[in-house]
Amino acid sequence: MAFWIASSPHNHNHTKTPNLMRLVMYATLPGVLAQWYFFGWGNLIHIGLAMTTALLCEYTVLSLRKKPITHELLDGSGLLTALLLGICLPALAPWWISVIGTMFAIVIAKQLYGGLGHNPFNPAMVGYVMLLVSFPLQMTQWQPPLSLVTVDLNFINTLTTIFTGFTIDGYSVEQVRTTIDGITMATPLDTLKTNISLGLTVLESISNPVFGNNFSLGWEWVNAGFLLGGLFLISKKAIAWQTPVSFLLSLFICSLIGFSLSPDSSASTMFHWFSGATMLGAFFILTDPVSGATSNRGRFIVGLLAGLLVYLIRTTGGYPDGVAFAVLLCNMSAPLIDQYTRPRTYGHLKGDK
Amino acid sequence: MVESIIERITRGNFWDFHGGIHPPEQKFLTTNKPIKSLSLPKQLIIPLQQHIGLEGDVLVSVGDKVLKGQPLTLSKNAMVVPIHAPTSGVISAIKMSVIAHPSALRQLCIFLDVDGEDTWRERQGCTDIAQLSNHDIIAKIANAGIAGMGGAGFPTHVKVSTDHNINFLIINGAECEPYITADDLLMTEQSVAIVDGINILDKLLNPRHILVAIEDNKPSAIKAMRQATANNSKIKVCVVPTKYPTGGEKQLIQILTGKEVTAGQLPIHSGIVMQNIATCFAINDAIKYDIPLISRVVTVTGQALAQPQNVWALLGTPINFLLEQCQVNSIDNEKQPVIMGGPMMGFSLYSELVPVVKTSNCILVPSKIEMPSAFEKESKEVECIRCGQCSDVCPSQLLPQELQWSAKAKDHAQLTKLNLSDCIECGACAYVCPSQIPLVHYYRIAKAEIREKQLLDLKAEKAKVRFEARKLRLEKEKIARQEKHKKAAAARKAAMNKATPEAAGAKSAVAAALARVKAKKASQEQDSATDNVTNSGVTDVPLESVSAEKSQVSAAIARAKAKKKLKEQAANNDSDIVGENTSNTEDKKAKIAAAIAKAKAKKLSKGASEADHDTGNITAPETADKVPVAAAKTASTPAIVATSSSDDKKTKIAAAIAKAKAKKLNKGASEADHDTGNITAPETSDKVPVAAAETASTPAIATTSSTDDKKAKIAAAIAKAKAKKKRQEASSGNNNDQNSV
Repeated sequence: MAFWIASSPHNHNHTKTPNLMRLVMYATLPGVLAQWYFFGWGNLIHIGLAMTTALLCEYTVLSLRKKPITHELLDGSGLLTALLLGICLPALAPWWISVIGTMFAIVIAKQLYGGLGHNPFNPAMVGYVMLLVSFPLQMTQWQPPLSLVTVDLNFINTLTTIFTGFTIDGYSVEQVRTTIDGITMATPLDTLKTNISLGLTVLESISNPVFGNNFSLGWEWVNAGFLLGGLFLISKKAIAWQTPVSFLLSLFICSLIGFSLSPDSSASTMFHWFSGATMLGAFFILTDPVSGATSNRGRFIVGLLAGLLVYLIRTTGGYPDGVAFAVLLCNMSAPLIDQYTRPRTYGHLKGDK
Repeated sequence: MVESIIERITRGNFWDFHGGIHPPEQKFLTTNKPIKSLSLPKQLIIPLQQHIGLEGDVLVSVGDKVLKGQPLTLSKNAMVVPIHAPTSGVISAIKMSVIAHPSALRQLCIFLDVDGEDTWRERQGCTDIAQLSNHDIIAKIANAGIAGMGGAGFPTHVKVSTDHNINFLIINGAECEPYITADDLLMTEQSVAIVDGINILDKLLNPRHILVAIEDNKPSAIKAMRQATANNSKIKVCVVPTKYPTGGEKQLIQILTGKEVTAGQLPIHSGIVMQNIATCFAINDAIKYDIPLISRVVTVTGQALAQPQNVWALLGTPINFLLEQCQVNSIDNEKQPVIMGGPMMGFSLYSELVPVVKTSNCILVPSKIEMPSAFEKESKEVECIRCGQCSDVCPSQLLPQELQWSAKAKDHAQLTKLNLSDCIECGACAYVCPSQIPLVHYYRIAKAEIREKQLLDLKAEKAKVRFEARKLRLEKEKIARQEKHKKAAAARKAAMNKATPEAAGAKSAVAAALARVKAKKASQEQDSATDNVTNSGVTDVPLESVSAEKSQVSAAIARAKAKKKLKEQAANNDSDIVGENTSNTEDKKAKIAAAIAKAKAKKLSKGASEADHDTGNITAPETADKVPVAAAKTASTPAIVATSSSDDKKTKIAAAIAKAKAKKLNKGASEADHDTGNITAPETSDKVPVAAAETASTPAIATTSSTDDKKAKIAAAIAKAKAKKKRQEASSGNNNDQNSV
């Protein structure tokens, strides 16, 4: 009688990559809900559009590559990419923005490099940056929090705006973004950047309603949501704590230095933490293991570098937020960082690699 | 340093090793049941080699009746561990059979048909180990066939016979693999015997400290061992935290001492020896009761069994017997894995006839519910997402994900750089991998490939050395041969240049030989002619003898002529040598001039030798002789005139006249030649080169007479020019002559 032959170890802790991906998706829920609460249905519609596109694109490419379709289509990695991209997009951006962005992310940034595990860059961020560079107008039409919007942005209105550019009542995106006073509202980061370039101090700027009572109306809660989800992921050991911690620390230190040097032209540390895509980037984008550094020290270095880059882009760069660019730059440097942060093997001396 | 380590240990404050995992322990299945003694199986299959090292020589043959404990193989080498008959019976076969190996390899096994009497051979126990010398103890351990029972199976007697100063003797009772409780129960039930075994090791190694490491999930074993060692202050029972792979040799050393075993070294280099609990028990048995290693505790476990338990199994017991004893539930499942060893590092068995060996501590038969991954036919492997969980758990602090890529790419250089050889194959990385990549499997393949490549490289290196040695040898031989040829050539030249009668003789001998050959040819022709004649009549007989006589005579004449010419040539060569020798003292130019002169003389002599060859053809041409002689006389005149004359113009004119005369004569000669048929004019051609040679040698002589450099140069130049001219003329004359010939 012959028995079943297998290679050791015979046991496994039953973790699976698709489960990990699903867990990360669940962890975005608090942030997504906050986004829905403060900014309406826009992002949810975009997430849906992006996910559908992602599945279609993956199916097409996988069948062209003659890969096991069900096996890889449902590993969740494509859906997660779509989800992250959908979160990042301006809520009232036209529908084709998310479609084109997802197609680019999945087909070019992920599958053309060899699929899951082989992409050197975070696909969602590649898609986002491509959109930002190619369609700057659509990608900067950020909708203010619902409380500041005069038009009733219910689901139907949002849907028609995304697909036709106008609400049921015929308001254009531009009109939606305009206050009663006729001023077009932007994101807090954008507003601050513009005001500082106009010579206004930070204190004068934050009187703008988009800043709300704390740091930035709506955005602070979205960020808090992602922070919560991120902490959940760390507690589940789904992501390494080193990257977000070092990233937030780095951003904190940079903004603290800036703030102490010139409080009038620099935003506070907490403003940097709780506006823009800081928390999403810290816990969901930078922690992407595929495009990040693998060693713990490497992750720490990547986090520090990303924090510095985000601060520099936000304060001196041409874009109001710099998380996407910082992530891509860090992805580029990750292999090099990995090369120099290899751990010392047991029984080997330091440097004896 | 050592003291502080002991202080820390006493405080129960241990170091930690990197990584590690906590797989489900599942020890409850067997830990609360005593070790069961089994009935004797019908047949035992005893592999000759059950340890790391070599097979011993078989001492028994088929049909032999053996007693329990009787040695079956003989150890002649330190790395050979003998095997013994686990019970009494008859040897029924000695043949290849599947053994406990991951690749289901077959090996020579002794098949023992058990007679059921279990009769012991004569035993010589020893109750007082103090009476035994260390040498005796080591010999007893070696003869008892004890090899490390923890997993690797390294011969114990080799490990305990060391000259190193031992700081720590570590007794490994960690038993970190899930499911296995063999050491746990042995400690619980036989703690006194184990401590006696430890004391024997203490006597052998004389370590400064003895540490018994037990994971904190074995409370009864800890209690038993503490009790047994209560009155021995040297032995410390260390309760270490449960984590896999704490029982790894390197990891346990790090936990207890905080030291790392340097890569490429053994623990003994750091003054540490580690022994397994079961090994200590076996040592005590061997020394005290003269019981060789013939049985061991095996954990037969897994939820596919109705009665998982620890059993005392004779070595060689086929596992199907063990499974029957533990009432297997669903072995009919064709995918049922049966694992020897634990779930992390054990290997699945191919056949139910695989026997228990010295290193088998566990037979695991899991159910599909408790270990679904062991039942999976197709790999569920997906792409690595570089999550890094594997490197987080790696106790060797390797980078499993990078190793995996390099292993797939067969990048052996990178694998070596990433220290693949430091992988202990504990399986922690593959256990946690969310992409279900069989990482250890890839490393095993890569390691085997690297090993194979190293062997090939070694072979290639040897072949290269061999090839280069051969090349060198051939080169040397070639040089030697060339040297030899050069020497021989020089000797020959020297001999020829000596102008001794022998040399001349040698030359003439050659010529004579040539002549003889020709004569023979001629005579053969004549013979054929005479044959025809003889057929015609009897009177032809004297004719034949006459012709033979004639040819002999002609040969003799030819020989004599050849001799004469050779003499002349030798004289010619002599003059060359004089010139050469004297020129040695002169400056370079004179040398060159001399060399040129020599070369020219050589050329001329070549012409002469050609003439020599010609002479070979001659067969006493009495009638033709006269004409060439006259021609030669006239031909030699220009040369003689040339040498005596110093005036350029005069020489030219004289030469021209001589030439004209020579031409005329030659014409006549050639006409004569035509008349006489094939016969050439040897004398003419002979004399001309001689004259030319004479004139040619003049410049050299001229240069030797001069002492002044410049003058000598000028003189040499003039002489050279003159000589050239003369030679030209002479050679032209010669040419004419030859042409005419």
